[in-house]
Amino acid sequence: MQRAVEEAFRDQWGRLLALLVARYRRLDLAEDGLADAFEAAARHWAVDGPPDNPGAWLLTAARRRILDRLRAEAVAARKEPMLVVDESLRQEVQSTMADPGGLLSDERLRLVLLCAHPSLAPESASALSLRLVLGVPTAEVARLFLVSEATMAARLTRAKRKLAATGVPFAMAGGTALADRLEVVAAVIYLAFTTGYAPSTGEDLLRVETAGEAIRLARVVRDLAGSQPVIDALLALMLLQHSRRNARVSANRIVLLPDQDRSRWQHDEIVEALGLLEPHLAVEPSGAGRAYFLQALIAAEHAVAPTAGETHWERIEAHYEALEAHTQSPVVRLNRAVAAAELKGPDAGLALLEGLEEQLPRNHRLYAVRGELLDRAGDPAAAVAAYQIAIELCTNDAERSYLTERVASIS
Amino acid sequence: MRYFVTIAYEPTVWSDASEEVQKTYHQAHLAFHDAVEQRAQLISGEALAGPETATTMRHVDGKPVLTDGPFAESAEIVGGFYLIEAANLDVMTSLCELLPSAYSLEIRPVIQIDGFDQN
Repeated sequence: MQRAVEEAFRDQWGRLLALLVARYRRLDLAEDGLADAFEAAARHWAVDGPPDNPGAWLLTAARRRILDRLRAEAVAARKEPMLVVDESLRQEVQSTMADPGGLLSDERLRLVLLCAHPSLAPESASALSLRLVLGVPTAEVARLFLVSEATMAARLTRAKRKLAATGVPFAMAGGTALADRLEVVAAVIYLAFTTGYAPSTGEDLLRVETAGEAIRLARVVRDLAGSQPVIDALLALMLLQHSRRNARVSANRIVLLPDQDRSRWQHDEIVEALGLLEPHLAVEPSGAGRAYFLQALIAAEHAVAPTAGETHWERIEAHYEALEAHTQSPVVRLNRAVAAAELKGPDAGLALLEGLEEQLPRNHRLYAVRGELLDRAGDPAAAVAAYQIAIELCTNDAERSYLTERVASIS
Repeated sequence: MRYFVTIAYEPTVWSDASEEVQKTYHQAHLAFHDAVEQRAQLISGEALAGPETATTMRHVDGKPVLTDGPFAESAEIVGGFYLIEAANLDVMTSLCELLPSAYSLEIRPVIQIDGFDQN
């Protein structure tokens, strides 16, 4: 019975929430009402069995809760700002609610565009998207973003209030406006994903969970908006990085890419990612999508190499060069140096690192890479000195113990 | 909804602009007015004299005290405002895209204060 509720939750949460938001124009009420409805479903369905139409059952239960709440509020004369929802959608929703089998085409995409509206701070938009589009409980969102539940609840409440108070519409964007908005949506999703990979001291398992939720969100957006270059590239990139999760850490120690057990990579996810990239190879994505696309191509080269020794470094270096030209990022230069060293030897890599300290003064990876390349170039004393700086700057326990071992192996 | 748009810019944006550039600013405002007429409603809008003309009043020990200059020194100065009735924030921001790109624009909804209804 629990399975029926879980299935309904996964399949119906976003759609039902979008309908309730369109109907009642209040994010807080729609969210609470629907959460209550799922709780009631867990109780009732366990006894009576799941209903024939779980969506209709949940919608009715949620509406009842919301109407109760509205009545109570009228007594207390509470005034909450209401979302801007255009009249035609409200009428459409009225008839959909009368016949819940009928589907609105884009109500969930409206919800995605609302949560990832550029007027919200990206970290708020990211958390709000997980909460409202996927239905991830607030306590869980807080855990994924490494803040207390109270802090996250306050952040979500502020974001919901701002959307209503500033008149952000629950509306579709069309044409080029949709493409622009999907770039923001992609950034919001990738922020959730990288929260999972941020080099904090958090547990690695948690990062895998956050990344998984971000991928789920990207899949939902792709289902709704169709094949869009920026979303395809983003989803491919995340899948490729995520596919290495089981090989990345062993006995609480980081396993670097060349040493990873490739049989532990998720090959189904790699195949899916390659399939997402393929249609865009002829006309490469531009704008924000280009950065995700080039990073995905690099990750794909690693993913398809049968062994580390068979990696096509010349392609990887070329992709990094294009990515550096596109982003002007010193971090990209650092990665390009690693690829150049693999292709042409340590001196080529060291040459590319020249002058990067000014742009990346606190970046331990810069010094770790320099140490590695100096060691390969036959200068162990300079290598150890560089590694010492890296160890000083590094805040991640697993990475620091790796660096300490490297120094010991050189000297 | 009704939005108050504060226009701010670096002081040199107007003073250092060539006649040519100033003309493009005027054209941008005209395009904005045209678009507002079609897609929203202009309630009011004015350009302000420079911050050197500002007088600030605060009460100190219960007495009004005047000082020379604006509230706060900042890199940007407030140069004008618009008050506009628009369907939603997305309409408002797409209209604002027509204004000169040298501006920083703060877009805020206007609210009704309970118990203060003049009508």
